[in-house]
Order: sequence, then C-alpha cells, then structure tokens
Amino acid sequence: MTKDFGADLVGPRSAFKFHRTQPTERISGSAGDVLEDDPVGRLKVFVYELPSKYNKKILQKDPRCLTHMFAAEIYMHRFLLSSPVRTLNPEEADWFYTPVYTTCDLTPNGLPLPFKSPRMMRSAIQLISSNWPYWNRTEGADHFFIEEKAIDRGILPLLQRATLVQTFGQRNHVCLKDGSVIIPPYAPPQKMQAHLIPPSTPRSIFVYFRGLFYDVGNDPEGGYYARGARASVWENFKDNPLFDISTEHPTTYYEDMQRAVFCLCPLGWAPWSPRLVEAVIFGCIPVIIADDIVLPFADAIPWEDIGVFVAEKDVPKLDTILTSIPINEILRKQRLLANPSMKQAMLFPQPAQSRDAFHQILNGLARKLPHDKNVYLNPGEKILNWTAGPVGDLKPW
Amino acid sequence: MKQLTALQQQGRRSNSFRNASSPLDATVDGAIKSPATIFWLILHGLCCLISLVLGFRFSRLVFFLLFSTSSSPSATNIYSALQTTLPSSGAASPPERNVSAAGGSRVVVGRHGILIRPWPHPDPAEVMKAHGIIERVQTEQRSQYGVKNPRTVIAITPTYVRTFQTPHLTGVMHSLMNVPYDLIWIVVEAGGATNETASLIAKSGLKNIHIGFDGKMPFLWEDRHKLESRMRLHALRIVREKRLDGIVMFADDSNMHSLELFDEIQNVKWVGAVSVGILVGGSEETELTIVQTDDNGKDEKKSQVPVQGPACNSSNHLVGWHTFNTLPFVDRSARYIGDRAFVLPRKLEWAGFVLNSRLVWEDTEDKPVWVKEWEEVGRDDEGVESPLSLVKDTSVVEPLGSCGRKVLLWWLRVEARADSKFPARWIIDPPLEITVPAKRTPWPDAPPELPSSAEKVIIMPENTEKRPTKSGSRKKRSSRSKRKRSAKVLDEHALARHSIGDN
Repeated sequence: MTKDFGADLVGPRSAFKFHRTQPTERISGSAGDVLEDDPVGRLKVFVYELPSKYNKKILQKDPRCLTHMFAAEIYMHRFLLSSPVRTLNPEEADWFYTPVYTTCDLTPNGLPLPFKSPRMMRSAIQLISSNWPYWNRTEGADHFFIEEKAIDRGILPLLQRATLVQTFGQRNHVCLKDGSVIIPPYAPPQKMQAHLIPPSTPRSIFVYFRGLFYDVGNDPEGGYYARGARASVWENFKDNPLFDISTEHPTTYYEDMQRAVFCLCPLGWAPWSPRLVEAVIFGCIPVIIADDIVLPFADAIPWEDIGVFVAEKDVPKLDTILTSIPINEILRKQRLLANPSMKQAMLFPQPAQSRDAFHQILNGLARKLPHDKNVYLNPGEKILNWTAGPVGDLKPW
Repeated sequence: MKQLTALQQQGRRSNSFRNASSPLDATVDGAIKSPATIFWLILHGLCCLISLVLGFRFSRLVFFLLFSTSSSPSATNIYSALQTTLPSSGAASPPERNVSAAGGSRVVVGRHGILIRPWPHPDPAEVMKAHGIIERVQTEQRSQYGVKNPRTVIAITPTYVRTFQTPHLTGVMHSLMNVPYDLIWIVVEAGGATNETASLIAKSGLKNIHIGFDGKMPFLWEDRHKLESRMRLHALRIVREKRLDGIVMFADDSNMHSLELFDEIQNVKWVGAVSVGILVGGSEETELTIVQTDDNGKDEKKSQVPVQGPACNSSNHLVGWHTFNTLPFVDRSARYIGDRAFVLPRKLEWAGFVLNSRLVWEDTEDKPVWVKEWEEVGRDDEGVESPLSLVKDTSVVEPLGSCGRKVLLWWLRVEARADSKFPARWIIDPPLEITVPAKRTPWPDAPPELPSSAEKVIIMPENTEKRPTKSGSRKKRSSRSKRKRSAKVLDEHALARHSIGDN
C-alpha cells in the first residue's frame, strides 16, 4: 500500500518557504505516511469487563499512576472504552484487551514496583479464561496486554503467545517479546504544551542533557548503570563548552531543550527514556546512545533519518561524530522533526486526537492482522504451561 | 576511597597488633607458641599486606579466584571485572562476545568500563565547526520563523565631538553591527564632519553616510534638543533625496538599544511607536519618587513608571501616549550640558518612533493621505518636536512591541563637564607630563615608599583630597585608612618627615 510522500499536511508549518531565491520546499512528510493511517475500520477490539479490583480500585488507591511514565496503560484503557474500534460483540473482534493495571504499584518516591504484577496478571488471565472461551480458543494469541514495566526475569510464561504493547525495547533481551508493539513512555502533553517557546528563538545550545551520570544509590562504583555510557559522557565532555550537561533539575528544562540542536538520549537502567519523546516534541535532534535498542513504532517512524545513533563504544568520540554530520543532514532532520504528525504520534493526549500514540498502537496491531490460521487451537489442545514460573508467582492475587 | 582508608586503618591496626604481639612473644618463651596461631597470624598479615599493596579490588579478585569453588559466576563477570581493573583510559572496547542468554547481541550484561579518551578536552577545530553548525541552524530558523522580507534599517544619529562621544557612539555602533538585516547609518555631525568621527565610524564596517551640519552644538539642553531635531530633519532630507528605501529609526548616540528592537520594527507599515525606557541618570541622591498627596483634577499617570510610548486599550488599539511626567523634576533638572543634575526628556522622544522611508519620498503613488507634504514640514524646522509632526492624524501610528508593553530601548543623556578635556581620538600622544611612579598608586598590599623629594610630598595632599571620595565608594582596607591618617598627619605638619611605613 503505497501513498506518495509529502502528502498534504495541514498546518501552518507546512507552508513555509525559504527566504532566499531557492525553489520552495515543503517539510516533506516522509516520516512515515503510515503514521497517518486511520485504524478505525481496520480492526475491532473487544474489551473484557474485569472486576474493578484489577483496574479502578488500584487507581483509586494511588492516583499518582496517572502521571508517571507508565500511565499509558490507564489512558489506553479509557481510550479503548470510547473508541470506535471497540466492539461489544466478541465474535467479530480481532483483538481482545484485558484492562489490568499492573504497574500501578508505586513506591513512596513514585517508582513502580514489579513484584506483584506477575501474580496480578496471572489472576486476570485465569479469570478471563474461565469466564470467556476466547482465551482458550487461541491460548491468548489474539489477545494483547499493555505490559509496561519490564520484569527482570522476563515475560510471564502465560503471555508467550499474546502480543505485548510495551515501552521496553532492546533486541535479544528477555524482556522484549518478539512481535511486540513498542510504544513511547507517557509524557504529560499539557505540561509540555505549557512550556513552548516561539520557534524563532535561536537554537544556541549545541548538545543538551540533564540527568544522572552515576547512580550512586544502586551502583556506587559505576560501570553498571547505563553500561558505563553516561559516566563516559560525563568524564569526556564535562568541560566542553559545547556540551551543556549536568545533573541539575532546572525549571527551564523544556525551554532549554527547545534551544538546543542535539539532545542526548542515553540509556539508563533501561534503554528507553522519556527524553526521546521530549526531544521529538521540542524539535531537538535525539542522539540515541543505546546499543540494540528498539524504538517506538519502529515500523512506522524512520528513526534512522530523524535521530543520530551512536554506539556505546563510540561515546568518547561523540563530539567528533556530531560535528562531522553534514549540515544538510542536520537541517533535514530538523525539518522531519518539525512534522506535526511525528510529534502527535509520540503523545497520549486527553482526549485522544487523531494520529496520536493511541492510534499508532492500533495501527501497529492492525498491521499484524489477519491472524495466522494456526493460532486457532483445536479444542482440548493445550500449549501453555500454567504452572511454569517461580513459585511465588503462583500464589493467587 | 573510604575503603582504602579503612584498609589502611586495618593495616595499621594489624601492624600495631603485630607489634603488640611481638613484645608479647618476647615476653613468652618463643618455643611454646603454637604453630597454628603463628600460621594464622602470618596468613592474616599476608592478606592485609596484599590488600594494602594491590588495593581493594585486586585483592578481592585474587581471593575470589583462589577460593571460589562454585561455577556459577560466569566467565564474563570475571573478565569484565578484570577489564575494569585495567586502566580505563584508552579506547578499550567492551568484550564483544555472546552472552549465554542471547545470541548475536552486542550487549553484554555485567560491569562495563567507563571509556575515557586520552585527552578528554575540547578540540578547537571541532568547537569552531560546531559554532558554524549553530550559525547555519539559526540562519535557517530566521528564514523560516523570522521576518519574511526584511527591509533595510536606516539609522539616523545626530552627534558632535565631545568627551563622551566615543563611548556613546561605540555603544550605538556595536548595537548596529549586530543587527542581522541590511543597515544604512546616517551620522549627522554638528559643526561639520570631522576626521575624528569619521575614523570612529569607519571601524564599524557598516554602510554609512557621514554628513556635517552647520552650527556648533549649543550649551543649553533646550537649544541642544532643538538643534538635534533639525539635524534629524536634515538626515530625512538626505533619505528623500537619495530615495533610500527601508525603515527609518532614530538611534541617538547615548541611547541603548536591544536587538529585539530591530526585529520588531520590521513589522511597521508606515509609522510605528515603541516604548522607550527613560533613564534619568543623576549624580547624588535624586529623589524620583514623589508622593502625590493632592490629586488635582486630571491626574494622568499616578505611577511614575519611566516609560514613554504608545498606550493601548484592551483590544490593542492605540488610545493615547504614556509620557514621563517631568514637571515635578523640572526645577532640579540640568540646564546646560555638563550640569551635574540629570537631564529630562521631552514629551515624546524621537527615538521612540520609526518611519517607513517612503513617507518622505516625493512622488510616490501609495503614500497614505494622512501624511503631510515634506515641504510643509521642512519649512518650519524649528517647530518639529517629534515625528508626529509628519502626520496629520496621530491615530494612524502603529504601536509596536506587543502594543507598547515591551520596552525595547532606553533613553539617557549623560555628558561630561563642558570644560572637560580629552585627548583627540583618545590617543595619548605625546605621553603625559605628570608621571607618578607605580609605587605611589595606593595598591593595598604594596608597601609605600618613603617620599624622597619635596615634590612628591606636595602631590600627596592632592591625593588626600581625592581619597575621601574614592575610599568612600570602595571597601576600606586597613592599610589605606592608615595611609590616609598618616597622610593627613603629613598635611598638618607640612613637610615634617614622619614615617609612613606603617605596614
């Protein structure tokens, strides 16, 4: 299915012309015309009605879940409930969604605890498999779950055949399931909108980064956190005037990103970070330092064209790498980043708007249709092992 | 770090233990000491010594290798641990091997080295390249989001040669040099064009028109303002004759301009007004805040916000003008140039207005109807107080800078005393007559010399006169105050030789 690139983009930015006498050029929409697909009509999703102890009650206990990085699962549930792709007739559904908020178990600091989520998930699956026949029909191959926080020991065995929508993307890692839809972490759209500065503000910072370089609490000697990459950035470039990097938390963080040409997005304990989303929204070229990372919506967004990928071993040469990118490349990347559909695809706005991340998730799921015929099991056939996994997981929740 | 010190303490303790034990040994007959305790003692000492010498990490590694029997620690861990203990400088690449769990992945679990290159400092060539990139990005931004068709800026500056001309004109010059648009600078000089001004302006590299204006700059501020108006009109005459196209703005040489001003005036269509901050500079205590106890009838502006400019209503239409109420200060203001009191602005300064240069052209078809003919205006040079005289109807003026809310330039008049002397072009040639050796300068920690001749002693009293003002403004240092006292003593006792060396 080919559409021509540079399809008409509505919006003021698409009509800019260069001042000089060069031929006019549009900000070409080659950032995936696939981003503009509308999932409505391409798939149908059935949402299981789970008792509120799996979703609403959890949220009531801790409303902070609505603003942290993994809030996408909650917003996705709300979106699906009122979306036109939802169907109330499970017979015609292509995908089944189980609304269980597994990452809504937060420490006092706001970091999610992964301990109870296997049990919660298992109990939810037991519920749906006993109350509806659709799980057993395919052993979950046409079900999808939003499994945000990676559990260290890997995917729950029960979810082996299901599709996961997750933020974690690292190739060949136990936490990444093949065929998952990778989504960006949740970043609050209103907050970012409130900090926009006029686009004519000149970009005067070359490289910008704010965050930890050493995780003194968990990794005092260094070398484990970020596989040493962040520490390497610090040690090599702390006195370089081109690199505006520090561990401070300035209130002008968003404004500063809009004044920077490059924004570093190195890995932390996990390869992904909200910095990628923020960089795309604010038009700062992301410099991704994470080996083997799988980026969100990788089949729809041409990340190679938009960002700069630097191998972890090349971090000491980061300044050479960045200054030797030809200027036309840089301008092209900035033009691609200015594409509004690109920014929209990274956001989870409330209420949902067209082409936003919710729709991209549905697009991703729609691209996996139709299901292969052999996912449908014969009656009585069992593939999943219900007793696999650590003993602690088998306790009822 | 902590571990090392702890280790050292431990070592010391063990040393002391050994020392303590050796007298113990000495006291007890050596033969009776059991070999087991000796063995353990020696082993303990050896371990401590190894720890001390090799450092914490190595010693742990050695023990680990020696004593571990389990097979679970994977080879990768030990390898990467060894890797990190090697000096981490130099581009040592992390082990590129397959981890048991994953196949074909570049990513290895475990401890990685922190890669630091041998010279982790910026390379000047790369810094220059980066700046080139930033400039190019900014040019692109300007062409995309900035003003679409920037017009030439025509800056008109009246000036004349005096002490403060150089600092004032340098300030304006540097502001104009940073303007990203095409610029023509028209400098009108009272008393005729001089080489001094010409050489100053030439340093800017800007396109300029330097014209002289007959008539020396008068002594009184009133007259000076009038002459400046006439000079500006003369410059507008030049614009008309040469048919210069662009936006005319008035850059007085003692004013301060922000670069946003030049971006903002590009938006003007015919006549625009910006808000000007009025800096009423003064010497000693100038009480600018007055208490308006009795309000007589119409009291326009209660607040003494020192800004002149357009006033808008809530729908951003021009409804009037903010002016700085100078009446309370008139009796305290300066009357002649070089007066120590502050200088007050007139009702509306020229600097707050910008014009489309086509307004003063002759024979242009699309001149708006409300503009007066040039001949009308130019005839009566004396009466032109502000560019508003060029228009018949002041309501057509466009307020700029978000309707006057942004102050984009500041007005100030500061001049030196009329009899102040300054070297021509601020070049000292021939050298000054009075040369005072450096030791005379009251640096605080330089020990003062004894006055060796009467001449130098005479100079001292002059310094004491000046010093009260100087030391009043700076922090007192003990040596200087002592000096002052001793110098005063000198003054009292005329030529009596007292030792000044008090430090």
